[in-house]
Amino acid sequence: MARHEIKSPIPGTFYRRPAPDEPPFVEVGDAVAEGDVVALVEVMKSFHPIKADAEGTVSGFPLEDGEPVTAGMTIVELG
Amino acid sequence: MEQGLSIKRLLIANRGEIACRVIRAARELGLETVQVASEADTDSLAARLADEVKVIGPPHPSKSYLDAGVILSAAMDSGADAIHPGYGFLSENAGFADAVESAGLTFVGPSADTIRLMGDKAAARRQARNAGVPTVPGSPGVMTDVDEALAEAETVGFPVMIKASAGGGGRGIRVAGSAEEFRKLAPQASSEAAAAFGDNGIYVEKVIEKARHVEVQVLGDGLDVVHFFDRECSLQRRRQKVWEEAPSAALGDAVRARLCASAVDLAKSVNYRGAGTVEYLYDDETGKFHFIEMNTRIQVEHPVTEMICGTDLVIGMIRACAEGGLGLTQDDIVRTGHAIEVRLNAEDPASDFMPFPGIVTKLRVPEGEGVRFDHMLYDGYAVPPFYDSLLGKLIVWAPDRPQAIARLASALEGLEIEGLPTTAPLFSALAGSADVQANAVHTSWMETWLAQNADKLTRQGEAAA
Repeated sequence: MARHEIKSPIPGTFYRRPAPDEPPFVEVGDAVAEGDVVALVEVMKSFHPIKADAEGTVSGFPLEDGEPVTAGMTIVELG
Repeated sequence: MEQGLSIKRLLIANRGEIACRVIRAARELGLETVQVASEADTDSLAARLADEVKVIGPPHPSKSYLDAGVILSAAMDSGADAIHPGYGFLSENAGFADAVESAGLTFVGPSADTIRLMGDKAAARRQARNAGVPTVPGSPGVMTDVDEALAEAETVGFPVMIKASAGGGGRGIRVAGSAEEFRKLAPQASSEAAAAFGDNGIYVEKVIEKARHVEVQVLGDGLDVVHFFDRECSLQRRRQKVWEEAPSAALGDAVRARLCASAVDLAKSVNYRGAGTVEYLYDDETGKFHFIEMNTRIQVEHPVTEMICGTDLVIGMIRACAEGGLGLTQDDIVRTGHAIEVRLNAEDPASDFMPFPGIVTKLRVPEGEGVRFDHMLYDGYAVPPFYDSLLGKLIVWAPDRPQAIARLASALEGLEIEGLPTTAPLFSALAGSADVQANAVHTSWMETWLAQNADKLTRQGEAAA
């Protein structure tokens, strides 16, 4: 399967979980389908779910949970 | 430096337009200024204006502007002897106010006890009732038991609002139209309150249909309290104010006098110090006002009051908290004309108000008599995505309300913020609305209007010819 990078369309703060006390949306090794929510980006105090724009298997996260993200930055890698 | 003040060097524990506003007031008082900045704000307008900048941590507010310990250390390191908290962030955090005072610094705001009391919305309602201020019909205190809360709801009559006692500012509110709905929503509200505020206490208030939001500006020095008349903030989206006026054109002189006196009574009952706002719902049909909450800080919309009263509330609050007294009596405070403020947010009204940070590629500020622009912008400024979307506030004053609306419309035409979308087109459209011109509005009016007028909210420059 071709390698694919899911990018954030918006700048803000990157989160791997829907809430601090909940498990991450996806972990390395998880299969994702197109349209699955894989992360959350907080921009100006509002939260936006980021959906996978391709199917694949999660191979990595370039950012730590809670790190700043710029528009166009890769947030989830599919292997 | 102004004589008689107990402070010399003020740290601003905030950012954005209010930080710029506080720096301006401090400078007029002859105070030195220290601006805290997250790593995302080192190039902010406030950082450029201040005498000293202290970088306090990563961009996310929880690691910078909400970190009381780091801010207090920054104050000690920089030799500040006072802290102004602005609005939001730590401004209504009693623990922070306590820590500031324990460190021997002056907190520009009320005592920690007052913040704590008014921050507990159920306790604030009780305090208001005891001071003779009418409250919205509802539960006498805070409740954690759903059956008990339901009994209260049935007594006041549906629909009711379920509010978090530790909430405020429109957060954590549910509306239940029936007992059945109440049984479903009350536990949700309670657990959401526990998660958001660390307190599961809720209380119940009757829904007053088609109410206006009115509020009274007060200023105290711990001994005496004066008011600066009222504002109306009925135009709201998702319970957030977007357009504010002073005075409220809906109030007659008799009810205004009673409203303002009640706010002073409440503030005096807690020996209030600093600037504060007592908020009410006003019912046109009955002519009655009902206390909802008190905000123990300077508010976003304070400039409309400054415009009609010819005063500087930020200077007033700093002076009052730094042993400088009020410097005036109630009889000295007169109002004239009408003022309107609109909030320019970095949001796209054409895409359901999606927040939209970006770089300001061009800025043109409107000028002229009765026009004021409180903001955080400059040419080339990169608006960071980590904070509230408020960029600035356009404020106009005119001898009466119709002229103020006309002046707002022309000032909006003179305002250019390029590089990112703003809420400016919303206000041009609202200024042209017959209901707004007739002041035939209430707190849920704008949501309905937005649903029917989406086509009027095209991006700036794209408006149909």
